[in-house]
Amino acid sequence: MNSAYTVPAVALVVVATVLVGAFGLRVSRTTSDFYVASRTVGPRLNAAAISGEYLSAASFLGIAGLVLVQGPDMLWYPVGYTAGYLVLLLFVAAPLRRSGAYTLPDFAEARLASQGVRRLAGAFVVGVGWLYLLPQLQGAGLTLAVLTGAPDALGGVIVAAVVVATVAAGGMRSITFVQAFQYWLKLTALLVPALFLVLAWQGDGAPRHAFDEPPAFRQQRTVRVDGTLDLRLERPLTVTVSGTVDGRAHHGGRVSLAAGTHHVERGTRLTFAPGTAVPGAGRAGTGAMSSLAAGREERPLYATYGLILATFFGTMGLPHVVVRFYTSPHGVAARRTTVAVLGLIGGFYLLPPLYGALGRLYAPELTITGNADAAVLLLPDRMIGGLGGDLLGALVAGGAFAAFLSTTSGLTMAVAGVLTQDVLPSRGPLPARGVRHFRLGTVLAMAVPLAASVLVGGLPVADAVGLAFAVSASSFCPLLVLGIWWRRLTPPGAAAGMLAGGGAALVAVTVTMAGLPDTGPLHALLAWPALWSVPLGFLTMVLVSLATPGRVPAGTAAILARFHLPEQLRAEVQA
Amino acid sequence: MPQDATERRVVVTGPPRRTGRAPGHYPPRTEIDEQTTLGHTYVRSLIRSQLRAALAVFAVLVLLVAPLPLVFAAAPEARRLRWAVLGFCLYAPLVLLARWYVRRAERNERDFVRLVEDR
Repeated sequence: MNSAYTVPAVALVVVATVLVGAFGLRVSRTTSDFYVASRTVGPRLNAAAISGEYLSAASFLGIAGLVLVQGPDMLWYPVGYTAGYLVLLLFVAAPLRRSGAYTLPDFAEARLASQGVRRLAGAFVVGVGWLYLLPQLQGAGLTLAVLTGAPDALGGVIVAAVVVATVAAGGMRSITFVQAFQYWLKLTALLVPALFLVLAWQGDGAPRHAFDEPPAFRQQRTVRVDGTLDLRLERPLTVTVSGTVDGRAHHGGRVSLAAGTHHVERGTRLTFAPGTAVPGAGRAGTGAMSSLAAGREERPLYATYGLILATFFGTMGLPHVVVRFYTSPHGVAARRTTVAVLGLIGGFYLLPPLYGALGRLYAPELTITGNADAAVLLLPDRMIGGLGGDLLGALVAGGAFAAFLSTTSGLTMAVAGVLTQDVLPSRGPLPARGVRHFRLGTVLAMAVPLAASVLVGGLPVADAVGLAFAVSASSFCPLLVLGIWWRRLTPPGAAAGMLAGGGAALVAVTVTMAGLPDTGPLHALLAWPALWSVPLGFLTMVLVSLATPGRVPAGTAAILARFHLPEQLRAEVQA
Repeated sequence: MPQDATERRVVVTGPPRRTGRAPGHYPPRTEIDEQTTLGHTYVRSLIRSQLRAALAVFAVLVLLVAPLPLVFAAAPEARRLRWAVLGFCLYAPLVLLARWYVRRAERNERDFVRLVEDR
């Protein structure tokens, strides 16, 4: 693909991000400015910022890629990402804002008056944050590698460097401007090419078999296998092969492959005739894609409900989502902001399915090469081509980088906040310490996932993000919901529930990523933990709290009153 | 000794953490602020009405979403339906549910403020 326009587009997004961030730097002065923009951000700006922060690489690239490979069931991801905000609005938004806490650990401490629960919540914020940062950096690497042929890690390093610079320099205030700007950038970068792609599709006679299962090749298409590949065939396939399949060398002859798994060596060229159904592929070796997809195929209903539960309840506990609620001036504004966010992200999510469907028509071979996440990036070139295709491709690439930058900076912000307050030792004079420490925390927050993304590699972005949701849904969702609505919650109960639910989900996620049980019921249970780990978290929290009635913190009634009383009542009382 | 004193001061003036401020935080003016039994009852009634509003909307959400995977599994040939529902049709109801909830929650709060101020 022509990188003459892509590189300037990505560079432009990066420079614009730094510039808008620098504009924020001039108005960000105190520690409070740093963390929560001094709580003066209006609903409209804040809603755009929340949406900009939320629409990550998983939304921009991952959904279309998953839909391309696995079909419309994967559209549950965007539905879940959106509905998660509705659940957040119903149970958490206004009380969370009125709690007056800065971060999730602050909320835990304010509600339960316990340093232990605070530290535990901090550990989970860092864990979920790192789990979520990893696919963002990998997505950036993939984008740059696909578009320009740069080394795999370079994109991740660029994103990490820009984010550390903007976050450390300006903190939340600048991030608010940056995020709001990036929402509109991302929407434009998907919407404008989408219009042209639909026109091209109509000019092509509006073929409709995008909805067929499985997708089929429309034209003769040659696929070069870049890594070794296990091709799973459900029915026999005739294909022209140059290279090695199942240990036998072929030189451009037609080969009939029986149903079953076939091992394709690196560098092999496969040429498919028009009308051939696209075979499914499991990447050789490890990789959460094959592993999660296998669990999905074995037990589709279980996997779908697990996905729904994780995304519906996981959103409220994502560290970068929660932190944004503290920037609303009051509870009513927090609610209205959330409604605006639902509209903004819902509108955005109308676009990725379109790319997924068009990808099934025009780039079905991506399912074989395992680069399905790149579908959004490749479609303009594939369908339109020429200068127009290059320009639109550059626009999409810029939008993708905006997605990496915005989500990464929000997460880095949240993780750095926890590291600064609860992990790094505090020394030195106070005012300087706050900001200087925060900068140190920022570097630390980014260093770990960056190292991991270079070392691990190979997770499909939307699936990896789904795992982060599962952990968040099993640990923070019980803490927030019970903390806000149930007066008998105790510190031991909260700690036990977070450890049981979140800890179990974390272990399941780790085991899945390591690829331990490959198939069977145990594998499905571990790959989609939310369906059992969320109830486990809630149940443990309730039972242990009921067993320790003497530990209900003094002043719980007053704290709950503060969570729920409208501000006008409080302001008038305080006057 | 002076060194000790400064070190201790640094620890104490760490970032504000909002604990222990809430009880007795409001000057005693109303029943609610005095945390009398009556005040608690008021606040409880507000919490309960807000929880009812949230649960009602949540129930609609569950009724809307929970049967869908079963429907799709029961009718695997209805692929266009699946694309249309998941890719397009669900977002507007989500926003409408959110607006319905916000209206109800704000009305609950207004009613509560009126109730408390009339006393």
